[in-house]
Parts: sequence; structure tokens; C-alpha cells
Amino acid sequence: MSWAWFHRFGSPPYFYRVAGLLTPWFAWPAAVLLVVGLGWGLFVSPPDKLQGDAYRIIYIHVPNSWLSLMSYSAMAVSAAIGLIWRIKVAHAVAAAIAPAGAAFTAVSLLTGMLWGQPMWGTYWAWDPRIVFELVLLFFFLGYIALRSAIDDLNRADRTSAVLAIVGVVNVPIVHYSVIWWNSLHQAPSVLRTDGPSMPIQMLAPLLVSFLGFTLYFVAVMLVRARAEVLHRERGGDWIREAVAMHGNSP
Amino acid sequence: MSSLQSSAWRAASTVIRRDLLLAFRRPGEWLQPLAFFLIVTLLFPLSTDPELARLRQLAPAALWVALLLASMLALDFLFREDANDGTLEQLALSGQPFAVLLLAKTATHWMLTGLPLAVVAPLAAVALGAPASSVPQVLVTLLLGSVSLSLIGSIGAGLTLGVRRSGALLSLLVLPLAIPTLVFGARATQLAMVGESVAGPLYLLGALAVLGLTLAPLAAAAAVRISLE
Repeated sequence: MSWAWFHRFGSPPYFYRVAGLLTPWFAWPAAVLLVVGLGWGLFVSPPDKLQGDAYRIIYIHVPNSWLSLMSYSAMAVSAAIGLIWRIKVAHAVAAAIAPAGAAFTAVSLLTGMLWGQPMWGTYWAWDPRIVFELVLLFFFLGYIALRSAIDDLNRADRTSAVLAIVGVVNVPIVHYSVIWWNSLHQAPSVLRTDGPSMPIQMLAPLLVSFLGFTLYFVAVMLVRARAEVLHRERGGDWIREAVAMHGNSP
Repeated sequence: MSSLQSSAWRAASTVIRRDLLLAFRRPGEWLQPLAFFLIVTLLFPLSTDPELARLRQLAPAALWVALLLASMLALDFLFREDANDGTLEQLALSGQPFAVLLLAKTATHWMLTGLPLAVVAPLAAVALGAPASSVPQVLVTLLLGSVSLSLIGSIGAGLTLGVRRSGALLSLLVLPLAIPTLVFGARATQLAMVGESVAGPLYLLGALAVLGLTLAPLAAAAAVRISLE
């Protein structure tokens, strides 16, 4: 199998162009799915027997929680690719993911708190999953802080990549925390070996918004990575040529 | 193969001997974290009602938070001076496995900070109301925990080597990684103080120390190498 297609992505102009072409293919489906999924989940699907309408926050909470782990893993994999094969574009992608991932983690924590107040009677509980989700946020913040503390771009890329890889130990801890510990946070109700434990009228909009948020993440990642590449390559000849050819939008 | 291993072992023991010698020539430096630890544990009884029953509840938390902060403070002279005078570069170029050499440095650092802290901490625990019979168990807990903390700290120290003012950043990077050690360590200390079996959290602390021993030197070596480039 030839890996040429993979190495082509290491070239900033190629990545910039392909990412630009791919973005609408993720952004538009994301917009449609989010409108459908959230509209369906928030207004159409039936209220929960015990939780009433408050449960509807899962249509935002669950996808964002999943994306917080997903985006950390994506950031670490991309950083590892950059570190191992010395591909600078991969570092740019990792750098682009970090703020988005931190935002997903913060939204996951905030929506969890808003749900916790009516359900558990408290905004915050010292529960393993919640605490380690907060730790995940600190990993994102630490990654961003370390990156910005080192002036030399190449060294900032590679040092923060090591941190991103080290932080991967936290991902399985967050994921399995509800299974390993007997915790207040409920156990998974979608990804279970014995099938989902929710009725289809609630599950279907959740899956739609799940997919919508995931595609949204990919679109945001592509846009941010393009901006990052553009910033890093400022002064590069290919940008000047592209600007000369296409006017202001290369 | 075995000659390669023995030469790595000799290099590591040379590093340990050198670092110990340097430390003994300047005893003030490694006594600082110790004094810092005692002062922080002193702050807890002063900032609350110093009633022994209440202090006893507070003691595991006070001990572990103080231990964590003191070992954080001590991390600053794990690699920095050797990076400044070029010793680390020489070690990286020596042809010996760099991770092993850094592990030797971390081990020395543990002997000079973690070990004295773990030995002094039970005294602080007694002052905070721990029964004397729990001292051996508290000591073992702190010893195991401080090994993990030193190893985790070596990653953080490596990562922040290229940063000018690393204090707050180092804490931001290291403290999240140290949380499992803190949780199980404080739990074990708490169990020891009420006279129950500490086996469960102690095994987990041991597992964390082994995990750190296996992976931390590799991560630290990668981080230090990058900062030397």
C-alpha cells in the first residue's frame, strides 16, 4: 500500500486546498443535522417519565461530552503524527483542535451542572466522572498554556505534542469512570452491550444531534487548521501566488 | 547485550553519584522543600480550630496537599541547572540510553526530596493527631506516593525546560497528572489513621508507581531532548 496520499497532506498548500474543499461537505450536513436533531429532541420527542423536560439537555450534553474525549484523542493522535513523522501540518491540526476541545469540555461540564441542579439538587458533585472531565479541561488548558509559553514554534509544537500524548491516560479514566466506580453520574445508556436503554423516540434525535455535533467538530477543525496553516506559512510563496491568482481568497 | 546493559547501569550510577555529591556540597537547596512542607502543614491547624478530633479529619488532606506542593517546588532544580550548564546535552550525547540517565537523575532527586519528605511527614501526621501506631503504614504510603510524584514531576520538568518562568505552568501541567496519586494516597493515609487495612489503595499506589516508572522516563527523555534541540 502506498502512503503517498498521506504524505501529500504534509504539504501546507495541498492541505490548505483540500481542507478548504472538504469544509462545506462537513459544515452543511452539520447545520442540517443540528437543526433537525435539536429541534426534534427539544420540541418533538416525548418528555421523560421521571425527569420531565429537564432530560432534554442530554441532546447537547451527551454529544459535547463525547466530543470532549474525541477531540482530545484526535489532538493527541495528530500531535503524535507530527512528532513521529515530523509533519508540521499535523502539529497545526493539533493546535487547531485544542481550543475547540476545551470549549466542548466546558460545555459538557456546564450543561451537566445545569442538569444536576434540578436532578441531584446540586450544581456540582465530587463524582469521579465529573472530576476527571474537569481534569480533561485542565489538560486542554495546560496544552494551550505550554504551547503559548514557548517562543520557538517548532519546539512549542514538539513539546506540547509530548504533553498531549501523556494526557491520553486520562481519556480511558473519564470513559470508564462510571463503570469502575459506583458513581452518582449515570452509567452509559446508549453504547451498551445489551443495546440502548432508551426508547427510540428519545434515542433517534440524540443520534442525529450526535452526528451533527461530530460533523460540526470536523468542520471547525478544518477551518481552524486552515487558519493556523495560513498563519504559520505567512510570507510563503504559495500564499502570494494563490492571492495573485484568486484575489483575496486563496 | 549484557555489556551494553552494564555500561548503561554504570553510567546511571555515575550520574547518581555526581548528583548526590553536588547536593551534599550545597545542603541548603534540598532542605528548602522540607521546610516548606513543615510550614504548609503548620498552616492547616492555624487556619482552623486546632481541636484534635477535627485535625485528625483534616490530616490526610493536609499531608498530601503539602507533599504535593513541596515536591512541585522541588521540581525546579531537577533538570534546570544541568540544562543551563550543558550537562544535559553531554548526557544526551553520551550514547547511553537517555531515559535511563534521566531516571537516574529522577531517582537522585527523589532521594533528596521525596525520601526526606516521606520520612518527616509521619511526624507532621502525629502532630495532626494520627495515632503513633499508624506511623509505619503512613510512612509506606508516603514513600510509594512520593515515588510517583517524582516520576510524574520529571515529565513536567522536562516539558517546561524551554520555558523562562515555569512555576505556575509546571503546576498546571503536573497537578492534573498527580490527582490519582493524591486520591489513593490520601485514602490510604485516612484508612491507616483509623486503624483499618490500607491494602487496597496501597496496591493502587504501587500500580501507579510502576506505571510511572515504566513510562515517565520515556516521556521525560522525549521532552528534554526536544528542549535541547
